[in-house]
Amino acid sequence: MGRIILDKVRKAFGETEVIPPLDLTIEDGEFVVFVGPSGCGKSTLLRLIAGLEDVSGGAIRIDGVDATSTPPAQRKLAMVFQSYALYPHMSVRKNIAFPLRMAGMTAEEQDKRVNAAAKVLNLTDYLDRRPGQLSGGQRQRVAIGRAIVREPSAFLFDEPLSNLDAALRVGMRLEISELHKRLATTMIYVTHDQVEAMTMADKIVVLRAGHIEQVGSPLDLYRAPRNTFVAGFIGSPKMNLIGGAEAAKHGATTIGIRPEHLTVTPAGGTWTGRIGVSEHLGSDTFFHVAIDGIADPVTVRAGGEVALHYGDTIHLTPDLAHLHRFDAQGLRIA
Amino acid sequence: MATHHSRIAARAMMAPAVFLLLVWMLVPLILTLYFSTMDYRPLRGIYECCQGFDNYVRFVTSSSFLESILTTLRLVGGVLLITVLGGVLLALLLDQPIWGQGVVRILVIAPFFVMPTVSALVWKNMFMNPVNGLFAHLATALGLQPIDWLAEAPMLSIILIVSWQWLPFATLILLTAVQSLDSEQLEAAEMDGAGALSRFGHIILPHLARAITVVILIQTIFLLSIFAEIFVTTGGAFGTRTLTYLVYQRIIESQNIGLGSAGGIIAVILANIIAIGLMRVVGKNLDA
Ligand SMILES: Nc1ncnc2c1ncn2[C@@H]1O[C@H](COP(=O)(O)OP(=O)(O)O)[C@@H](O)[C@H]1O
Ligand SMILES: [Mg+2]
Repeated sequence: MGRIILDKVRKAFGETEVIPPLDLTIEDGEFVVFVGPSGCGKSTLLRLIAGLEDVSGGAIRIDGVDATSTPPAQRKLAMVFQSYALYPHMSVRKNIAFPLRMAGMTAEEQDKRVNAAAKVLNLTDYLDRRPGQLSGGQRQRVAIGRAIVREPSAFLFDEPLSNLDAALRVGMRLEISELHKRLATTMIYVTHDQVEAMTMADKIVVLRAGHIEQVGSPLDLYRAPRNTFVAGFIGSPKMNLIGGAEAAKHGATTIGIRPEHLTVTPAGGTWTGRIGVSEHLGSDTFFHVAIDGIADPVTVRAGGEVALHYGDTIHLTPDLAHLHRFDAQGLRIA
Repeated sequence: MATHHSRIAARAMMAPAVFLLLVWMLVPLILTLYFSTMDYRPLRGIYECCQGFDNYVRFVTSSSFLESILTTLRLVGGVLLITVLGGVLLALLLDQPIWGQGVVRILVIAPFFVMPTVSALVWKNMFMNPVNGLFAHLATALGLQPIDWLAEAPMLSIILIVSWQWLPFATLILLTAVQSLDSEQLEAAEMDGAGALSRFGHIILPHLARAITVVILIQTIFLLSIFAEIFVTTGGAFGTRTLTYLVYQRIIESQNIGLGSAGGIIAVILANIIAIGLMRVVGKNLDA
């Protein structure tokens, strides 16, 4: 079980309100990702759920019970910290067993659980090492191991992959997703990286300055961003947001079109522009195109091996079915 | 990653300092060694060389020797116990966000800046004096019989005075160690179900082990040579005669420079044995 309900939860540090009153329901077994730029209050929100910070107002209910003033240890939540927060003087085995030891479990039971977790996480050969003798990815796994042996009702992850290199990050992303599939336990995952959010989440919560901008499945957010912030934040490369006369033609203050929803043609087309920087990824090529009458360069996706170069003139046509329109407040026009 | 060249340069640059230090150390040491083999009692006009190990044998076989060693151990052990325990407690307290933290920290460090003689005198006359001392007034106010601290509990009194002086040092080192502890570790432990005591025992104390080692090592070396506090308070009476003090008495009070020098050499050797032993036992903590 792990159904978490935030009811008008508010947090202020002294005078500054970091989280204005906020409502959110996290269903049992869901993989929820909090995503937003640095400093938007993601960690604070997670720590409020964990009980490491006291709320300034509102209530937190876990599995139907008011947990607002329950101490962290009794909320049955396990947290994986950004710094891993392993205990440096204990072996990997002792690190993983620590919560069990604190719960007063017998030595055999501890061993059984630690060995099971180590097997799942490929740590069996490292159980007698100290955290200092492990690589970043292994430390990460120890931190996860310490969380899973407790069999918590929900896992909390605070940017767990941000200290790993790119290749390892992709691997760990898959491992965590797999773990979620296998355990089917609620997971709340904080990241500033929208790729992690898109690839892992059942439900994404986009935060800005403590506000929830939108909640939905990755594809919901991709297809129908509620405002220009979400539109610009979700998707890679970013959606092109175009204002001015071009937007007015569609009856909007801002229009948005994703790079993959623009068609490149040698002639004709809605817009004509000149290629600036191009990024060749092999499978795709992204061109940054300067178009007359549009302030910022427009990013467009083309095939992997198109014969277009710096300075070439190209013609772009937006796919009107995927054109997003936003009003003066930046809100989506349905 | 020193190159051959820079290593030679470094040695050449260091040579004068090393030479100076050597001379500084060696000359007094050799003189002491030399005196320790003589029967040298200036007041009686005795100045005879080449007595072999006579002085050493006399010093070691005198009944005061063993007593002084035990006294030294009691003093060092007592002070270490109080300063390490008190230092850990104070460091934990000072780490809490309290009002006027800066001032409190300076106050805690202040005793370290007071000269040993001065602090011993202050303690002796202002605190421990059985008639005018603060403790005596306190006892009277509570309706108790004032204690003549230096006469009734001389060893404890000196331990208290010295501990008062060294507590700031221990606190300071331990405070920096406490502050270097990653707060996420404590939070992780809290979520893992560790109560305050478990967090202290399982996380904070192991983290402090290295700092405690440093405190013990450094303090031991300095505490072995405690002198002013004894001189000012009891003058070595009532079982407060440490090895250092015994050497002083042999040279100054008995005017027996040969015997005192032999004692000095023995003290140096013992101090080195203890220091090396300590490094071996607790120094392991330092190389992780
Ligand atoms: N203990 C604290 N005291 C005061 N301000 C804090 C504290 N913790 C976080 N903040 C502020 O709250 C805001 C959100 O921080 P945080 O939740 O860590 O952001 P994120 O994890 O999204 O990067 C930041 O502006 C930060 O400065
Ligand atoms: Mg954060």
